[in-house]
Amino acid sequence: MWLTRIVEDVVRNDGARVLAGLIRLAGDFETAEDALQESYARALVAWPRDGIPDKPAAWLNTVSRRIVLDRLRREKRSTELPEDLAIPPEELFEDESGIEDDRLRLLFTCCHPALSPEARRGLALRTLGGLSTREIARAFVEPEATTAQRLVRAKRKIREARIPYEVPSHEKLPERVATVLSVLYLIFNEGYASTDAPSLLRPDLVVEAIRLARLTLELLPNEVEAKGLLALMLLTDSRRVARMSTDGEMVSLEEQDRGLWNRTLIDEGVRLIDEVLALRNPGPYQIQAAIAALHAQATTPAETDWRQIAALYETLLRWTPTPIVELNAAVALGMATSPDRALEWIARIEQSDALSRYHLLPASKADLLRRLGRWEEAAACYREAIALATNPAERRYLEKRLATGETPHPR
Amino acid sequence: MKYILLIYGDESRWETMPAEDKQRAYEAHGAYAEALQSAGAMRGGYELKPISTATTLRFTDGRPATLDGPFAETKEQLGGYYVIEVENLEQALDWAAKMPGMDSGSVEVRPLGMGE
Repeated sequence: MWLTRIVEDVVRNDGARVLAGLIRLAGDFETAEDALQESYARALVAWPRDGIPDKPAAWLNTVSRRIVLDRLRREKRSTELPEDLAIPPEELFEDESGIEDDRLRLLFTCCHPALSPEARRGLALRTLGGLSTREIARAFVEPEATTAQRLVRAKRKIREARIPYEVPSHEKLPERVATVLSVLYLIFNEGYASTDAPSLLRPDLVVEAIRLARLTLELLPNEVEAKGLLALMLLTDSRRVARMSTDGEMVSLEEQDRGLWNRTLIDEGVRLIDEVLALRNPGPYQIQAAIAALHAQATTPAETDWRQIAALYETLLRWTPTPIVELNAAVALGMATSPDRALEWIARIEQSDALSRYHLLPASKADLLRRLGRWEEAAACYREAIALATNPAERRYLEKRLATGETPHPR
Repeated sequence: MKYILLIYGDESRWETMPAEDKQRAYEAHGAYAEALQSAGAMRGGYELKPISTATTLRFTDGRPATLDGPFAETKEQLGGYYVIEVENLEQALDWAAKMPGMDSGSVEVRPLGMGE
């Protein structure tokens, strides 16, 4: 049992890093994935016999690289083996410096425009996020077989059409970066609100998304949206601890213990967003980061600058005119002015029917009605939201709200 | 790795083009082919005559029947191709992006099977 646990830990923490290097070595996703699997199997045999190595990840890296090399030699591809083989794999593995990070290369390969958008996102979550096919299928709300087939096709295209494993040349970076940023945000969100285990955060995914966002920004220091996205991630992540109670329940932004917010992350996030907003070249990530910064800078919920947040949501709506952003804009307006105005706006959104299955619409209405003291109507909306919520933690949260009954709420 | 660049476009546009424009297009392709040549990437290529000259053999149970016209009528027709040899798809796409005379239309990039 303990052994499986150790291997699982290594896989979770270092699997993507080892895999990225293996893909570069093998020039092929399948060979790399097979070799990594084989090295896990060997670890389960070797470690009980020889003891756990000092650096389990380095052990797996060395062993899986040997497996790849053996296979390449067997297939007589040895003549075209990469030149870096003279360097001991451990050394290569320890070297974290420099921009030419294997995982960054992998990110750009996964985000290549020659792959379909769905394939790019799936492949990035699979290889960089280390998510299983089942987890990806859940995140995309589709049958597992569909996801599996899409991944197989994408890997096949990378191999057969020879999509290179490299960071594209500088003149091509700007057109590629939008996809990269959206994939990074997807990985981040999967870590922040894991689809598969809803009450559970996946800090490993959050950390990896932030790390890759930093590398991307290092590569493209003038890309304002890359800076905006990093700021957004840091500011969102600063609330990680406060967002879950000790018994694993969701805590709303309003009820969070702001003393638990991570000041270091907030300071860095605020500094980044101030820097980039000064350049006056806004975009959706910057605007969302600015909203997160305003929340982060309010020491109490009452001090929140809702007027500015409402204005930012209206701006965001011009960039991304989706019903979900509109719902957020309506709620922010309600907080800035009066709940009635938000309810009027939400009534207009309801007419479009686009969010008829979205639990946060009745949940937002319930919250606004509660603030107005219209408890009967609020309770009906909470019930509607509970019926629509698929995420257990969110459902529990709404049930708790409903059960709290007519407790007056501080404004 | 060998790739074929298949050039698709509206054939009628080409047919109604003034002679001097056609002349310029041929010169542009000449320069393109030369650039491929000097990069060591050129492996062949031809312009295709219009689809009105195409004949298709349609096979049923192994027996061919001769038909007038192309395999499928489409808005854009295959008008020519290049075969190039480069390192990877990225480089193939770079060449495809430089295809002359493409105000509209498309270039399909396909790796060639090497009998593996």
